[in-house]
Order: sequence, then structure tokens, then C-alpha cells
Amino acid sequence: MKLKLHVWRQSGPRSKGDFETYDVEDVSPSMSFLDLLDLVNERILLDGGEPIAFEHDCREGICGSCGMMVNGVAHGPEKLITACQLHMRSFSDGDEIWVEPWRARSFPIMKDLVVDRSAFDRIIEAGGYVSIRTGSAPDANAVPVPKPDADRAFDAAACIGCGACVAACPNASAMLFTAAKVAHLSYLPQGQAERLERAASMITVHDEEGFGNCTNHGACQEVCPKGISVDYISRLNRDVFRATLAGVGVGRD
Amino acid sequence: MQLDAKIPAGPIDKKWENHQFDMNLVNPANKRKYKVIVVGTGLAGGAGAATMGELGYDVHCFTFHDSPRRAHSIAAQGGINAAKNYQGDGDSIYRLFYDTVKGGDFRSREANVHRLAELSVNIIDQAVAQGVPFAREYGGLLANRSFGGAQVSRTFYARGQTGQQLLLGCYQALERQVAEGRVKMYNRHEMLDVIVIDGKARGIVTRHLVSGKIEAHMADAVVLGTGGYSNVFFLSTNAKGCNVTATWRATKRGAGFANPCFTQIHPTCIPQSGDYQSKLTLMSESLRNDGRIWVPRKAGDDRPAHQIPDDERDYYLERLYPSFGNLTPRDIASRRAKEMVDAGHGVGPMKNGVFLDFRDAIQRLGKETVEERYGNLFQMYDKITGEDPYQVPMRIYPAPHYTMGGLWVDYDLMTTVPGLFAIGEANFSDHGANRLGASALMQGLADGYFIIPLTIGNYLADGPRGGVDENHPAARDAVREVKETQDRLLSINGSRSVDSFHIELGRVMWNHCGMSRTESGLREALQKIPEIREQFWSDVRVPGSGDDLNQSLEKAGRVADFLEFAEVMCWDALTRDESCGAHYREEHTTDEGEAKRNDEAFSHGAVWEFNGVGQEPTRHEEPLTFENVPLSQRSYK
Repeated sequence: MKLKLHVWRQSGPRSKGDFETYDVEDVSPSMSFLDLLDLVNERILLDGGEPIAFEHDCREGICGSCGMMVNGVAHGPEKLITACQLHMRSFSDGDEIWVEPWRARSFPIMKDLVVDRSAFDRIIEAGGYVSIRTGSAPDANAVPVPKPDADRAFDAAACIGCGACVAACPNASAMLFTAAKVAHLSYLPQGQAERLERAASMITVHDEEGFGNCTNHGACQEVCPKGISVDYISRLNRDVFRATLAGVGVGRD
Repeated sequence: MQLDAKIPAGPIDKKWENHQFDMNLVNPANKRKYKVIVVGTGLAGGAGAATMGELGYDVHCFTFHDSPRRAHSIAAQGGINAAKNYQGDGDSIYRLFYDTVKGGDFRSREANVHRLAELSVNIIDQAVAQGVPFAREYGGLLANRSFGGAQVSRTFYARGQTGQQLLLGCYQALERQVAEGRVKMYNRHEMLDVIVIDGKARGIVTRHLVSGKIEAHMADAVVLGTGGYSNVFFLSTNAKGCNVTATWRATKRGAGFANPCFTQIHPTCIPQSGDYQSKLTLMSESLRNDGRIWVPRKAGDDRPAHQIPDDERDYYLERLYPSFGNLTPRDIASRRAKEMVDAGHGVGPMKNGVFLDFRDAIQRLGKETVEERYGNLFQMYDKITGEDPYQVPMRIYPAPHYTMGGLWVDYDLMTTVPGLFAIGEANFSDHGANRLGASALMQGLADGYFIIPLTIGNYLADGPRGGVDENHPAARDAVREVKETQDRLLSINGSRSVDSFHIELGRVMWNHCGMSRTESGLREALQKIPEIREQFWSDVRVPGSGDDLNQSLEKAGRVADFLEFAEVMCWDALTRDESCGAHYREEHTTDEGEAKRNDEAFSHGAVWEFNGVGQEPTRHEEPLTFENVPLSQRSYK
């Protein structure tokens, strides 16, 4: 296949970016999208240019490193995958493809397609854990967990922290990311002790980081490579509401 | 080079207990005065940093990723072993210990392996308490499955994303310590050297991958949890960023590197589909619980799988190993697959795979159950190949996956450089010549949560405390050397990409130091590697500058290290003139085609001392004794 690729190039956080166009030949349908970027980069390099910077690591959809808008859609046109799992068989000969970084104020662009997602770490830092000291745990089978709860917890915990939800949301909200962690721990008995405080403080940091609020567009769920449901956002909202009623403050004193 | 393993005295099941009592302790109030650097945030590094933070040490933790959550442990699929015996099928700590020593083909240290088996049970407790959503039965208790090399069900799992869930547990524990101010995180920092002062590890040199700043960080001890080196083969199941740089640069500073030729080739990966391919994808070994491996009986049979009747299929693992069947250990399953493909029985467009077939499992269990067990793996396979494994059998082939070799460590996980520790895949300690499935997660977490937090105190109680800073001559020299290497890479401005050299090296290593090895092949590799290295240093093109985000420069440094390290791997494979586990020398096979050990000459760990780039390294030996698991020829018939 032959393709025309328009890729966002930006040399640094404060520089102005623009699209550059690359014509690519010999694209095989069984190539992954990142194999294609490798190929383009090899040619840029040999022509004396600087390769396109993009994040990637596991290349099997689990590390959450890669993330880019492909033709305006986070991770590209196929459902339930990351950009590294997108294969060129999803495109046709002669296609034009536009590749851009995630665009959100809380994810500043660092270079080309690389953005800074450290705000996600800070949301987890605010309470996305169970406070259990190493070595102090009871026997793993001491507390049975009903299978449906364990399954729901897993579904929420499958989040890979890629940021597609933020990139797709018109408000650049990270509610799906935050809700996934809050929900994961809220379904488990181990997560109950800190449940309301967790929800309250994670949402506080979410807002402080400049992510927008959820207005129920559902765009996040559409692009989430792990299929995380927007239902978790209502669960998060319920917990935040309960926290307010219980006097576990939302917002900082 | 002194190799004192410092194995505690006493019976095997009391060694760790005794040692915990005998170790020096650091008073709780004094712990904060000790600064510990942890490099890597995978299961070992992340767990270690979090737990040492909890204990009160002043922990500084480094990762080259943008977040600790992206470490390659995240990609482990199948599960984690633990001797819980929740299934009541006769498992015990002793059995897990026994299976691991035997599975490693008697090239690991008994005392370490027994400790690992003991700690396995604590790991599951810890992970569940953190909220790791392991698979459960309808009664609410934890579920188990079987993995290769074991005849009990002791593997805990979270669908096909066990590594992800365990790592997130670890990452969350780490972030809790960050919030408490006990761990300081340094994301996007790549470690490029170890600083050794008065014979002790006192710091590291890092490059900030965004600003390009190269600087020294001093500490009282340094812990490396920097993973394995499968990417020496270029194509492997490892994440693209995985590299040998941290452990290799430690080797260049005096740490012995043990058994580098023990590299595991995983039997169930998706076969290569073309030359452009940048990495291989693993399909969890857990699939072998229910999938049956076969090839057409007739070589060159082109018919689609469903047109090949049962009596024209060769379920060769079931035929050759009736008691373990499809669950033989990885090294054996890999070699048999290679033989089948080499003999012309390969399947798929490039004839480079064997079938892993779920037809019978779907008939027996129903599609729903199969989906529940392996759904995400089937989906992953479908996305990559465009084939639906519910309809047609998967195609699989072995690929480099894990490295048992690593920095030599004593019982306290300390390398031959005092104050420099190595944990997880970065060390050599527990898997011998072959790792059993679901044991890597176990080892990483045992090292991180339960061993290093205690043994580091044993060192620090008598060790250094402060007294050196970034202006120490050794620190300044190390920083200068790192800068010089970087400047050299940027100034060559040759005609070839870093990747092209990496691919060339990988091909040499796969052909001559891969799944099977010969003396002549290894000698050829030892001739070729320096040639590639020389070309690299005269003709590589690294564009851009060192002052900003420059992924080509990052790769160049890592490939430069692989080009040095690869030679030691070949020396190790050449001088280990026997077959054992994953190290298969064609000259040494049993009549049944299995790896033939030579215990008289090679019952030891081989530890390599660096003597300069291109110089033959010095081989040292740590003798291994087997007092609890009698030496025997492995048999999985």
C-alpha cells in the first residue's frame, strides 16, 4: 500500500508545531501502526532529519505508553485497542492519515507526539491505593470476595493509564481514569476503610490538575482500549457525594 | 573477584529464619538517615522502593519511563506461583522449591530457591490486601491454574493480565510512599553509570531524558531492579525499552555477571510475519492448560487446520511426554517446536509456527468458559494476526523472553561490589538454567517486598552513611565519562541507523547464541560481534543533540552496551561445554534429544569479570551443591 502521512512535529514544549507530510510506500497490511512510524523514522533519519518522537514500549497494548490521535480518534479507528495494536490492514491503499498528540491542557506536549501525563501519577498519589504495610496482610483466603465483585473490580482495574479518555473528552476530563481506580477498590472489601476519603481526595487532585468535569458525552468509553465503562463515573460521583455528606471534605481545607 | 555466597548455616527450611535473626538491624529512628537509590520500578524495584520507604529509609527511585506504572512487569500475562496449597492437591513449600530447582536443571542455589518458595505465600497475601483482583471461584475464594513443569495447580492469576495487576498494586504502594514524602520519584531518568568510592557503590549517574541533564546522585546503597537483556536478540517479547545498560555498566564497575548465556526462549509467541517487525508478542503459557499443540504429520501439508483429520495430526508433546503433555517446561517445549519447524512441519504463511488448538477445549468447556479464561489473549491474537482463535488454531513459535542470567548476588542479593544490590530479573539468583512459568513475578516480588528491605539493613548497619557528595572526584569522573560517550555518539554522523546495527547484532545472537548453540557458531559470533561494534562506532548516525528529548540517542547508548555485552554472553555459552536447561549445546544431548548436563565439570555458576571492551573477560566459578534435591536427569515423560 501507499499512504500519505501528516504528522504533528513540535520541537519542544514552548515551540510552535505544525504538520509535516510523509509519503510512504511498501506498507504491508500486517504491519502495526508503530512499525509504520519506525519505517518512516528510518527514512527521515537517513535523509538527514530528526525522527518523529513518540512514546511506546511493550507494543502489545498493556503498558499504556503509546497514545496518539489517528485521524482525529484516540488510538485510531479500531475499537478496544491501543495505537501499537492498530494494524495497517485497517487502512486502504492511497489513504491519508493525520497523526497528532493527545491535546489537553493537563497533558502538555513535550515533543512531537510525546505528552506529559504525570498528572495521572499525582491523582493516584492522592489516594489510589489501600494503605497496607508490607508483611501485615492476613491470609489471602481469609476474606472471601464474591466472584461478581471480583470481576467488576478487575474490569475497572484494567485501565492502562494511556490518557485516551482525556484526549477524547471535549472537556479534557480525566473522570474515567479517576473513576476506574476508585471503582476498582470500592468493589473489594480491602478497599472499604478508605473508600470515601479516597474518592474525595482523588477528585480534588483531578480538579487541581486542570482536568475538566464530566458532562456525560461518553467519548471516553468509546476510545478506551480496555473498554472501561462510564458507569464507573456515576459510581465515583456517588462516592464523592457520600463523602460530602459524611463530612469527608471535597476540596482542601 | 571474591564469590562468597554467604549462605546461612542450618537446615534448608531454617536458613532464612535464622538469617533474619542474625542480620544486623538499623534502628527505626536511624533509617531515615540512610539514603537508598532504587533503579527501576517494576515488580522488584517498585516493591523494594515502596517497602523500604515504609520502613523509613530515605528512598530515591529512578525510572526511564514517564511513570513507574509502565515498567515491563506490566506485560506479564499468565500468573504467579505460590505454595498455598489452596487446591489441596499436595502442594507445599518443599514441592515448589523442588520443582524450581529441578526446572532450573540444577544450576541455581538451593538456599535462595527455598527462601523464594517460603516467601511465595506472603506475596499472595500482600497482593490481595492491596486489592489485586485475582481470579476467584464462585465461593469467593481464590482460583488457581497449572503452569509448565508442575503437576499441581499453584498459579494465581488475574485473567491474562497478572503482571499488570501486581505491578499496579506495587505502583500504588509506591505512590503512597511518594505522597508520604518517603520516596522521591525521578521519572524519565536513565541510569548510565554506577559511582564506586573506596570499593563501595555510592551513587549513580543519570541522564534526564527530557532536559538532557547528566548528573550524579549519591547514596549509601544502590539497588538495581532493571530487568533482563532479551533485547540483545533485537526481536524478543520484551518491551522496546528493555536493555542491559544498568547491569552492564555495573559490570564495567566491577560487579560480576553470572550465567549470561542462560536465556529463555518462550515456546508460545506469535510467529514473525515480516522483516519490518519490531517485536514479538507472547501468548501466555497458561494457554497450554487447555490448548493442544500439534503440527501436520506430513511435512509441507498446506491444508487449513480444520481439513486435517485427527489421525494426520501429530500432537507431539502429548506423544513424547505423556505425563506432562502440553505442560512440559519451556525449554523443552521450545526445542521440540523448533525441531518440528526445521523438519518441514511448520504452519502458516511463512511455515514458521506450530498450532495451538482450542477446538477440543471449546467442545469440552464451552466457548464461554474458554473466553473467561483467555478472552483477552484471544482478542490480542486476533488483533495482531487478523485470525480468530475461536475458529482457527493459533500459530505459535518460540521467542526470546526472559533472561535467567544477571548480576551475581550473594544470599543478601548484594553483587560483588559492596553496597550494590540487584533484584528481580536483573540478578541471576533463583531460576538456574531455565525458569518455570509464573515464577518471574514471584521472584521479583519476593526480592522487592520481602528480601531487600531486610538485607539492605544488614549492609547499612555496618555500611557508610553520608560523607560523599556530587563533587567527589569519582562522581565527577563518572559524569564526565558519560558525557564523553554521549558526545562521541552524537559526533559520528555516519550512514546507518542505530536499529540497523541492533538488527544485525540480533541476527548473529539468534543464529549462534539462541535456542541451540555450537562451538563453531559461537566462535563465529565472537568474531562478528567486534566487527559490528567497530562499524557501529564509525558509521552510526545519531541525529539531534544531547540537550533535549532524543530517542535516537537513548537507543544508541543501549545498543552500544548490547554490542559489548553480547560478547560475554557468547563467551559464557562457549565455555559452558554442556547442555543444561535453556542452554542447549548441540554437542551435548541425551539419546532422547534432551539437554545433557555435565555435573562433574559444570555444577557451578559462571561469573564473568570485565577486563576492558573487546578483552576476554575472566571466568570465575561459584560451586553449587545439591543437598536437598538430588541431582538427576530431568524427565517429564
